[in-house]
Amino acid sequence: MSEQQHIVSYGKLTAIWLGLLALTALTVWVARHNAGIGHVWGSLAIAVIKGGLVIAFFMHMKYEGRLLRWLLFFALSVLAIFIGFTFFDVLYR
Amino acid sequence: MNSAEKVHPARNGGFWTDTGKTGITAWIFSTDHKRIGLLYFYSVLTFFLIAVVLGVLLRIELMAPGRTIMGPQTYNAIFTVHGVLMIFLFIIPGFQGSFGNLVMPIQIGSRDVAFPRLNLFSWWLYIAGAAVIITSLFTGGGPPDTGWTFYVPFSERTGTNVSLAVFGVFIVGFSSIITGLNFVTTIHRLRAEGMTWGRLPLFVWSLYATAWVQILATPILGITLALIIAERFLGTGLFDPARGGDPLMYQHLFWIYSHPAVYIMILPGMGVISEIMPVFARKPIFGYKMIAFSSLAIAAAGSLVWGHHMFTSGMSDTAILVFSFLTFVVAIPSAIKVFNWVSTLYRGSISLEAPMLFALAFILLFSIGGLSGLVLGAAATDIHVHDTQFVVGHFHYVIFGGGVFAFFGAMHYWLPKFYGRRYAEKPAVVAWVLMFVGFNITYFTMMVLGMKGMPRRYYDYLPEFAPLNLVSTIGSWILVSGLILMLVNLFRGLFKGEPIDRNPWGAATLEWTIPTPPPTENFEQEPVVTHGPYDFKKAGIP
Repeated sequence: MSEQQHIVSYGKLTAIWLGLLALTALTVWVARHNAGIGHVWGSLAIAVIKGGLVIAFFMHMKYEGRLLRWLLFFALSVLAIFIGFTFFDVLYR
Repeated sequence: MNSAEKVHPARNGGFWTDTGKTGITAWIFSTDHKRIGLLYFYSVLTFFLIAVVLGVLLRIELMAPGRTIMGPQTYNAIFTVHGVLMIFLFIIPGFQGSFGNLVMPIQIGSRDVAFPRLNLFSWWLYIAGAAVIITSLFTGGGPPDTGWTFYVPFSERTGTNVSLAVFGVFIVGFSSIITGLNFVTTIHRLRAEGMTWGRLPLFVWSLYATAWVQILATPILGITLALIIAERFLGTGLFDPARGGDPLMYQHLFWIYSHPAVYIMILPGMGVISEIMPVFARKPIFGYKMIAFSSLAIAAAGSLVWGHHMFTSGMSDTAILVFSFLTFVVAIPSAIKVFNWVSTLYRGSISLEAPMLFALAFILLFSIGGLSGLVLGAAATDIHVHDTQFVVGHFHYVIFGGGVFAFFGAMHYWLPKFYGRRYAEKPAVVAWVLMFVGFNITYFTMMVLGMKGMPRRYYDYLPEFAPLNLVSTIGSWILVSGLILMLVNLFRGLFKGEPIDRNPWGAATLEWTIPTPPPTENFEQEPVVTHGPYDFKKAGIP
């Protein structure tokens, strides 16, 4: 099986890294300025974006085939369901 | 039996000798799935036997009120170690590692698993994790005393060696994930020509469903256990309400893995029963597609019911409602399997040999375990029996009466194939009777004790519980006497018993078409599959 290599430029990787740092700063800001459940949703949203950037560019998922993408989507969906179900408890406690 | 095909003497032929390699390195560095399967088998069996001894000690302590042979701290440590060994070192890796490795590649017509070296690495990780767990018993503050669930806040504060034990389980978890990845890839990519999804043996279907649970749920256990270590060493406060943490979050994380883990323990056992039933009833399995589908359904629905372990923990009523409902949903695919097995027996030509007896015991004991689980899955009744001996009885009915009896059935069904010799039938039947009777006396009594209000995890109890505890302890002795007889007879037979031909049971799956014991490469040439796994007529089996 032939594998295609995709080289991501240093410039793009650096830009994404800076974006991740900015999102980390945003996480800290959200934690300090939002009380209650808004804090949780805000932090989760930022974490999802950061995770997506890492997976897409640093782990090269953006350049992989459809099967791997579907498998990743399936695994992440399961994880989302696991996390989501805990909110039946957290939101209504 | 064709005498020309008999193997003389035992373990002389097939994968035992055809590579010409001998000595321990030919085993511990072998990438042959059969050798790795046997490495796993003897490893898990060793830990099982150690844990059995600990279990018997627990029953002796509970034989009479007050201190009998140990104090409370020792009792706490022994039930913890009993649980950790049984769960993480025996039953979770047991089926996949031993019989999964031994049989699955042959059943799909493959020479080996997809990643043989990764397979060996998985066993090594298992051994490394086990070594760390064993080390934790004799170092630091001594064996952990938290129970196998490692609940916070106690696991954060106890002075016993929780950190090392948890780290050992963490390593064993990686072994489980790797095996799951290997099996999913193998079943997708290495099936022989004609081995369509509709012709996969049901044991393979069960391993496939289990492997997905291993891949998707085990990482969460790893994270959870790592958080305990972080709590103990860094004081992160994740589970400490005084610092904004939430102790219930630990329970969620733990059971997100550990309830699906129950299906890692039981699903392959169900697969074993699905193999044994048609062979010893002499007719094709009833409802093949539904049994295969129900394995996937159990894996999926069983991953969403973890909250039923937390009904009395202070979780929200909404969550209790949702998790209780979903728990009842899991009963549907489980019942589908039971009804199909029983229907397979209908008008069959039933042969009551040892594997079949273990399979029949499985159906009854698992059904009792499953139905008693509904008492725990319904929030209203759970409140009354939560953390009582009822839970201990229920759990043992599912995992011992279900999983372990299936494991014993698999030992009697498949091990002769790999050793070339078989056990004596009569002692095997006597052993089965002793175990079946002893099992029910031991654990049904526990369920009654729980209904009467006796809590679990206490080394002492009120005098009114004494008679039934004595009965339960005597039951454990009967159970163990049957276990000893079974093992002596089985292993004596495997090494010195009557030689067997390639298909002593008259089964139609691929492992019975190759020589006994199987050669290292399994098949002389890649097989072409032309019929289903239980189509005896097309396989030419009378």
